[in-house]
Amino acid sequence: MLAAILSLGGIGLAAAVALGFAAKKFAVEVDPRELAVAEVLSGANCGACGYPGCAAYAKAVATGEAAPNLCTPGGASTVDKIAHIMGVAAVTASPQIAVVLCQGDNPKAKAKYRYLGVADCNAAQKIADGPKECPGGCLGLGTCARVCPFGAIEITPEGLAVISREKCTGCKKCVPACPRSVIRMAPLDATVHVLCNSRDKGAVVRKYCQVGCIACHICAKTVPEAYVVEENLARVVYEHYDQAAPAVAKCPTKCIRDFVEGYPEGSTFAPPVVPVKAEAAA
Amino acid sequence: MKLKTFPGGLHPPDNKEWSANKAIETCPLPGELVIPLAQHIGAPAELCVAKGDHVKKGQVIGTAKGFVSVPVHSSTSGEVTAIEPRPHASGRNLPAVVIRPDGEDTWVEGISGADPETLSPDAIRECIRAAGIVGMGGATFPAHVKLTPPENKPIHTLVINGVECEPYLTADHRLMLEETDRVLDGIVILKRVLGVARAQVGIEANKPDAIEVMTKACAGKGIEVVPLAVKYPQGAEKQLILALTGREVPSGGLPMDVGVVVQNVGTAAAVSDAVRRGLPLIERIATVTGPGVTTPKNLRVRVGTPLTHLVEFCGGLKGDPAKIIMGGPMMGATQLSLDVPATRGTSGVLLFREGEIPLRPEGPCIRCGRCVQVCPAHIMPTTIAAYARLDLIAEAEEFGAMDCIECGCCTYTCPATLPLVQAIRYGKGAILAKRRKV
Repeated sequence: MLAAILSLGGIGLAAAVALGFAAKKFAVEVDPRELAVAEVLSGANCGACGYPGCAAYAKAVATGEAAPNLCTPGGASTVDKIAHIMGVAAVTASPQIAVVLCQGDNPKAKAKYRYLGVADCNAAQKIADGPKECPGGCLGLGTCARVCPFGAIEITPEGLAVISREKCTGCKKCVPACPRSVIRMAPLDATVHVLCNSRDKGAVVRKYCQVGCIACHICAKTVPEAYVVEENLARVVYEHYDQAAPAVAKCPTKCIRDFVEGYPEGSTFAPPVVPVKAEAAA
Repeated sequence: MKLKTFPGGLHPPDNKEWSANKAIETCPLPGELVIPLAQHIGAPAELCVAKGDHVKKGQVIGTAKGFVSVPVHSSTSGEVTAIEPRPHASGRNLPAVVIRPDGEDTWVEGISGADPETLSPDAIRECIRAAGIVGMGGATFPAHVKLTPPENKPIHTLVINGVECEPYLTADHRLMLEETDRVLDGIVILKRVLGVARAQVGIEANKPDAIEVMTKACAGKGIEVVPLAVKYPQGAEKQLILALTGREVPSGGLPMDVGVVVQNVGTAAAVSDAVRRGLPLIERIATVTGPGVTTPKNLRVRVGTPLTHLVEFCGGLKGDPAKIIMGGPMMGATQLSLDVPATRGTSGVLLFREGEIPLRPEGPCIRCGRCVQVCPAHIMPTTIAAYARLDLIAEAEEFGAMDCIECGCCTYTCPATLPLVQAIRYGKGAILAKRRKV
């Protein structure tokens, strides 16, 4: 009994000494700043920064390879903290969110054919360029919702992707996932968007969608600073997003939406609480 | 006697009785021909006429762009009224030349044939390329490419595909019955091009009359006619080679890897026309059938004839079509409208009404293994489809997704109506995209 305790204990002791020695001898030096940066990152491993995970990004920041403002889920406060650790001036990138530029769900946009296949937008797009007449509209099969690491995208019962302003961190993962490029990035503060992605002429759009942009230029005439019409499609000039609101009521097809008034029909997301801008409040 | 065949596969109700006994009729000229510039696999032809031009029958209107490409010809004489994107069998609007026939049907000058015995194999290949001949089974792969095997891949057998295993289609069957000489002449020319002594014609046993006629015609010419078991996809290239020669084309390989070249009977007939008479490929035989059409028929169709015109010639529609398929029901492509024109690859047009197409919601996989049993490529469709749907592309590739021939047997037999072949096709696309990137 005693022999067993001693021999096993002895082996344990010897191994402990050897391991302890090896740990000291072969220790890899880690930049303390790297650890500190990793600490303040969101830990979402979303890849929005372009690095495979938060640890890799922390290392890149510590070596000076990456800018400190690439962590979109972390937002401004994380950028400040990283800048503080690295001793550089904080350059806050304005926070962005993803927007689905389409309101043409199944009742509102005409279908080209009845699709019964794999529930995936990329698979559907391969069959005669997708089951919607509109070449740019949301197919509503949820490929974007599946790649979103934050659960910020839902598909309404009528087949339209809607992005939550609260949950979206602007990681951009959904943007390349969409085969029709319906999802675009926009400044978080902008609440008014032209929700259409069709570059067809107005007369063609009218035939297949009740809520498509017909390029009538009314928005651009109402607020010339805030809207441009290119390739038969109006869009908000996001530098002047704060002036965009007056055109919402004037749009004849209601394809310009102010998210302050809530999400498209069928969405379960609660109406967003939009921060009141400092100047506007004063 | 047990008939030759391959392992796997299945036999869907073939419905060939609709049109099998109908002699080939020539479809009259429509008021407007729409000739797409993309009628073959490979680079689309390059336009070489302008709006307002007067073209003659057989005149080149699109030149081949690259090796895997063939020229496109006008199928009648008339005026080019438009050059614009028009509905195409792929579901997209693709560039097409619209021709208003003048009714004269005058051939372009300089059409002349030659005795194939006096031509070198290379000269015959050039004839075949210039005539715009593509695989007429429906795959539309340029024929001259298949007939130019690299030197390190010697060819010893020419296989002629007269199987026509797709249900409903009877175009090849009628061609073999009524135009045996053309087919036979084409086979002899193809043998000469490839320099092979051995040629085999595979015909499914459900066409005893065609087997009889062809056997009689081929006797003493070094061409063997082999009756094959009635099974789908007996006419798929790799399955046909396995059934006839016992050789298995390796994974990722081509028939030339086992010393075989496969050509369809329709292609053989077109080769005969091109070499002996100098005719370009401007018409083909197609079956218009299905419960949605009044009188199913086998038609000689000019390339560019809108499907509406074909259907009208067959007595019109019986009710509203719910599904239009170009090609066979297993591998054909569903069409969005009848405005699409028939092309060199159109082996048939099928029309179905509401209630004649099974529409069941997709259920869960019950692990019955039927898809695995019928798969002629010996892969596991259910596993690969599951991986493809989860975007686990590397795993799908590892399980042999690229060996899938997209015959649709798995989807046909699946009791849970899983869209297996579509999921695998999606996976194959992702694998190819990944290979391009790496």
